[in-house]
Amino acid sequence: MFPIVEARPLARDVKLFRIHAPRVAKKRQAGQFVILRIAEHGERIPLTIADSDDEGNITIIVQGVGKTTKWLNTLETGDSILDVVGPLGEESEIDTFGTVVIIGGGVGTAIAYPTAVAMKKAGNHVISIVGSRNRELLILEDEMRATSDELCIMTDDGSHGEKGFVTEKLQQVIDRGAPIARVLAIGPVPMMRAVAERTRPHAIKTIVSLNPIMVDGTGMCGGCRVLVGGKSRFACVDGPEFDAHQVDFEVLIQRNRLYKQQETESLARFEKEQCEA
Amino acid sequence: MAKPLPPKERMKIPRQAMPEQEAAVRARNFGEVNLGLEVVAAETEAQRCLSCADPKCVGGCPVGVKIKDFVELVLAGDYLKAAAKIREDNVLPAVTGRVCPQENQCEGACIMGKRFSSLAIGNLERFVADYERQSGQIGLPERAPSTGKKVAIVGSGPAGLSCAGDLALQGHQVTVFEALHEIGGVLLYGIPEFRLPKDIVRGEIENMKKMGIDFQTNVVVGKSMTIDELFDEEAFDAVFIATGAGLPQFLDIPGEHFGGVYSANEFLTRVNLMKAYDSEHYDQPVYDCRDRNVAVVGGGNTAMDSVRSAMRLGAKNAYIIYRRSEEEMPARKEEVHHAKDEGVEFMNLHNPIEFIGDERGVLTGVKLIKMELGEPDDSGRRRPKPIEGSEFEMPLDVAIIAVGTGANPLVQSTTPDMATNKWGYIVADEKSLRTNKRGVFAGGDIVSGAATVILAMGAGRTAARSINDFLRTGEW
Ligand SMILES: Cc1cc2nc3c(=O)[nH]c(=O)nc-3n(C[C@H](O)[C@H](O)[C@H](O)COP(=O)(O)OP(=O)(O)OC[C@H]3O[C@@H](n4cnc5c(N)ncnc54)[C@H](O)[C@@H]3O)c2cc1C
Ligand SMILES: Cc1cc2nc3c(=O)[nH]c(=O)nc-3n(C[C@H](O)[C@H](O)[C@H](O)COP(=O)(O)OP(=O)(O)OC[C@H]3O[C@@H](n4cnc5c(N)ncnc54)[C@H](O)[C@@H]3O)c2cc1C
Ligand code: SF4
Ligand code: SF4
Ligand code: FES
Ligand SMILES: [Mg+2]
Repeated sequence: MFPIVEARPLARDVKLFRIHAPRVAKKRQAGQFVILRIAEHGERIPLTIADSDDEGNITIIVQGVGKTTKWLNTLETGDSILDVVGPLGEESEIDTFGTVVIIGGGVGTAIAYPTAVAMKKAGNHVISIVGSRNRELLILEDEMRATSDELCIMTDDGSHGEKGFVTEKLQQVIDRGAPIARVLAIGPVPMMRAVAERTRPHAIKTIVSLNPIMVDGTGMCGGCRVLVGGKSRFACVDGPEFDAHQVDFEVLIQRNRLYKQQETESLARFEKEQCEA
Repeated sequence: MAKPLPPKERMKIPRQAMPEQEAAVRARNFGEVNLGLEVVAAETEAQRCLSCADPKCVGGCPVGVKIKDFVELVLAGDYLKAAAKIREDNVLPAVTGRVCPQENQCEGACIMGKRFSSLAIGNLERFVADYERQSGQIGLPERAPSTGKKVAIVGSGPAGLSCAGDLALQGHQVTVFEALHEIGGVLLYGIPEFRLPKDIVRGEIENMKKMGIDFQTNVVVGKSMTIDELFDEEAFDAVFIATGAGLPQFLDIPGEHFGGVYSANEFLTRVNLMKAYDSEHYDQPVYDCRDRNVAVVGGGNTAMDSVRSAMRLGAKNAYIIYRRSEEEMPARKEEVHHAKDEGVEFMNLHNPIEFIGDERGVLTGVKLIKMELGEPDDSGRRRPKPIEGSEFEMPLDVAIIAVGTGANPLVQSTTPDMATNKWGYIVADEKSLRTNKRGVFAGGDIVSGAATVILAMGAGRTAARSINDFLRTGEW
């Protein structure tokens, strides 16, 4: 059992948890994730490790999108999680590159955050662009500001920061003409694809963190395979970060839809149970 | 208690059939197929044994179970002693009695098989093990006094479990690290409930916990910690690596990324470990097989388990696509027969060359080519070769690839000073199972490549003996 030492809402449907998982906390590096199973009947889902501390706790930030994440978001301080395994995946490539643009869309900001911290620490000039649909859904603004040399906030409705998409801001940054050593983009797949298309003509090295459906997270099932440079790669062990210009995003989108029907039914059952309880 | 008959009489007794769930019924449920011998049938079967002076059967068993002796104890009606006799060489008799490829091992060597049919050794082994379990009188062996030595075991499949059991008896403090959330390796996530009920595996693990073995799930060695850290930070005195051969192989043909194409590992993990077959109670989804066409590519146990699972998930048609002929199939004969009885269609001498999908990226069909057998290859099996111009397409909703597995590199890549061979398997001395790294031993599928439960258990025993020597003498 892995006790939750802190649970706190960050935005609508987004919650931060600190979980006592000393083995994971000790080893984790930016870019890595855990797989957890809430309880016996639950499924295994991957979540990025946003942070860790010296007391053996890890931080995860969860957006409630379906049964498991919504269930997770009902948990409170003092509850526990049955299984947490990690750290999984390869760590982010961190070096002193120069100017690095970090783009986070929605809960992708939580996934990008630890890498932004590591990039800043490594002496890079960090420009962060974070986007969300509106002010209410924006997360980690203060944290991102603290770790960025420049922070740009984009909302679809203009309720906070500038109105528009993260890609438009990225284009402005590119157009300034100052060299960009690399771009890291994490968020919904269409956003990552759009970023890749903006940087491709300028041959700016672009990294994305892919979110295929996972089960074991150890390279045993192959369910998380993604097409990168025409080759099948297992995102849980070879990734989750890949060269955006090599990724076949269409296959990723299609594979992520595979269980739509079961997911919808499962969520409906869960919400009915919640109502009754 | 039955009395021994003269040999002539014994030979007249027919081999006792294993009662099973009726094919049409079991093909749609996950309950165990084989129901187990009744006492009378077990006694009658035991009477068939000729009690050979030189029992060939023992030589056919990879761990040398004292078959003649335990069968005599069955005849004497002392089932608990019979079980204890098996346990001297085999710690998981309820498992091996069910899943060993007996026809190639003990039963293949039994003298009766030459003229009649071999003794049903596996069924008898299962009978006494089940009797022992149901009696609740499992005689847990005595533990030697504590040696103060700590051994880490990486992986909780049959190799890791049997090694852990033996080392605990020697008085060592044993910790088993498992990447998944449950203990048992392939016994748990691979072999389905209808062939090996999970309660049997769990029962054995409870016994091992009582022996003082510490099980730590959710630990991926190579990620959560390295082998070096096990020695340096966690003060283990020796490590046994038994991580199995869990890396799925694909066919490397176009269309393999379509939705509905699975590795057998993924399909079976979803169905068995995550219990997707009970979707009302468990959240992990599996592709809906109901009224669909499902094909499994391969001819081994994994292929049979996958196709029979698909059948039970409601497939309209379930096919085996195998590039050689039935004669070359590596699966246990019983599984092939069971699959056929359950309505699985065998398309032997066929090979997929392309998967076909629709605009949503979902599988709709497969292109196959017919094969014929040519000259024997290195393994002695006749090499299949494609018949030119014989390609055709068939509609398909789910494809499961069961063409073998390889070595998962997680431990090896973080232990660079440990030798591996060109396929990535760990190199270990055949007799001692020592690797080239001091204090590190390895065995089971991660050394041999995908093999069998009993061979993995045998490796676990060998390793335990050799680890014990190392811990007592300190000599490498
Ligand atoms: C490496 C990685 C890191 C991630 N980090 C975070 C994070 O820090 N915070 C966060 O909120 N989300 C993160 N996700 C996404 C998160 O895992 C999914 O949102 C979650 O699994 C959805 O489960 P559900 O039952 O709530 O929703 P469902 O309704 O079941 O699924 C919604 C969608 O999530 C995806 N999904 C479903 N099951 C899985 C699965 N087993 N594995 C992966 N994706 C799945 C599918 O695209 C699906 O359509 C990460 C995903 C990956 C692969
Ligand atoms: C579907 C299927 C059906 C089979 N049917 C039969 C049969 O009928 N009869 C038969 O004799 N054999 C059968 N086999 C083969 C048999 O199951 C294997 O040969 C045997 O299980 C190998 O045992 P093992 O202990 O070496 O490894 P495994 O059983 O593979 O166990 C290895 C364990 O190590 C864990 N692990 C891996 N990496 C790590 C890590 N880095 N850190 C921590 N833990 C890790 C894995 O999660 C796993 O639990 C079958 C195999 C499959 C897949
Ligand atoms: S362990 Fe397997 S091979 Fe040995 S006697 Fe038992 S069933 Fe036969
Ligand atoms: S070889 Fe067959 S008949 Fe002879 S002792 Fe063994 S099981 Fe009995
Ligand atoms: S999640 Fe199973 S191989 Fe990546
Ligand atoms: Mg879900």
